[in-house]
Amino acid sequence: MKYTEEHEWLRADGEIITVGITAFAAEQLGDVVFVELPEVETVVATGDEVAVIESVKAASEILAPLNGEIVEVNAALIDNPALVSEDPLGAGWFFKIKIDDLAALDGLMSEDEYNDHIA
Amino acid sequence: MADLNTLRLLPLDALHQECGAKMCPFAGYRMPINFPAGVMKEHLHTRSHAGLFDVSHMGQVLLQPKGDMATVALAFEALMPVDVLALQPGRQRYGLLTNAAGGILDDLMFANRGDHYYVVVNAACKETDIAHLTAHLSDVADVIPVTDRALLALQGPEAEAVLEAIVPGTAAMRFMDVAIFGDLWISRSGYTGEDGYEISLPEDLADAFARKLLADPRVLPIGLGARDSLRLEAGMCLYGHDIDTTTSPVEAGLTWAIQKSRRTGGARAGGFPGAARILHELEHGPARLRVGLLPEGRAPLREGVPLVEDGAVIGQITSGGFSPSGERPIAMGYVPTPHAAEGTPLTAELRGRAAPATVTALPFQPNRYKR
Repeated sequence: MKYTEEHEWLRADGEIITVGITAFAAEQLGDVVFVELPEVETVVATGDEVAVIESVKAASEILAPLNGEIVEVNAALIDNPALVSEDPLGAGWFFKIKIDDLAALDGLMSEDEYNDHIA
Repeated sequence: MADLNTLRLLPLDALHQECGAKMCPFAGYRMPINFPAGVMKEHLHTRSHAGLFDVSHMGQVLLQPKGDMATVALAFEALMPVDVLALQPGRQRYGLLTNAAGGILDDLMFANRGDHYYVVVNAACKETDIAHLTAHLSDVADVIPVTDRALLALQGPEAEAVLEAIVPGTAAMRFMDVAIFGDLWISRSGYTGEDGYEISLPEDLADAFARKLLADPRVLPIGLGARDSLRLEAGMCLYGHDIDTTTSPVEAGLTWAIQKSRRTGGARAGGFPGAARILHELEHGPARLRVGLLPEGRAPLREGVPLVEDGAVIGQITSGGFSPSGERPIAMGYVPTPHAAEGTPLTAELRGRAAPATVTALPFQPNRYKR
């Protein structure tokens, strides 16, 4: 698992990367009431806004962690946005992205580094 | 984010931390945004049981007459399109300070406590309000900021039973009654649409009193997040968002707060700042109106989202979010009066997309005051 400063986690399966938000971020957000997901086949660049999480309190964006193409989204979140809070590292994943450059993953934080980041 | 350590602390700060509050800066204070239960549960608990809110950041002011109460009432009426003179001892009323352009400087609660008035104003406005009141009322009253008292709100259908067990006599109060019980200044009011009370008490007693309330299993501590979603469901204005110096009381749908005596033809018509505009709008209707909106689908429309027609912006959302009671997004905003009728379809522009919404009657949840 790799982590971004924006509290996303990335799990690699070859060149397909599953992206979600960390338990820390989910806890900060509180009750998630709506999730807007990107279209499949959208080509994104690092830092692009690709999804929106609406909690009772506020809207937050999810940014593309790396350059690539969205290849799958978690449609279960549309019907049950609470999955983000209930199981952020599992059933609450957001999208899968096929990345251009696997080496770019090396620039992201390890779990230990992320834990230091939020400490 | 502002440094939490430079913010002013509420009298209950230690208790909030002990209760596991997530703190955030608000109006210069470090305030609990939510407790471990979370906004949704806090909101629903308040609607079905009782919630305790720390609103000590708000301004409390006494108007102590130099002569008689009627003179102060008339001077206060020169600042608000509201009937102060007819407010009976032991009663409270909602008021609005207006400016010369007919905009709203602040909204407030004022109570007649027999030999003086007690006023509660918004936290963000309190310094300017006190200066404004002092500038205009000091000939007839001492304007005394209350700086050593906390303010708590106990809201919800079980608030009455909870408070009566601790402060006997409070159950007999009606909506908008005020009374003094020893050190406690209590009003039967609040800003959630629920039955409930606001309790002003000396700062050094606040912690023990709040703990006594929280010891009752019917009471949960509630943060600012749920306070906001509760008042939104109740269709109430949040100063600086739904009302400000550019919105008139008529546009804001607050005409119920302007008693007949202050309107054209009334016993003391006009004579308040912005009377020309406000009385004109009362008679002929304003150009725009605050309305309730039900967005289609699940995406909340929040403050700042534009309302559009044929590519042109015609209005704006001023408050919006998710309604825990209604389990759907709700919003309020301003639209041109011809678009303000219940059932009118509107289009919001959300993140570059057209998001349909329908004008609906306010409040979103019926209020349950004990009149």
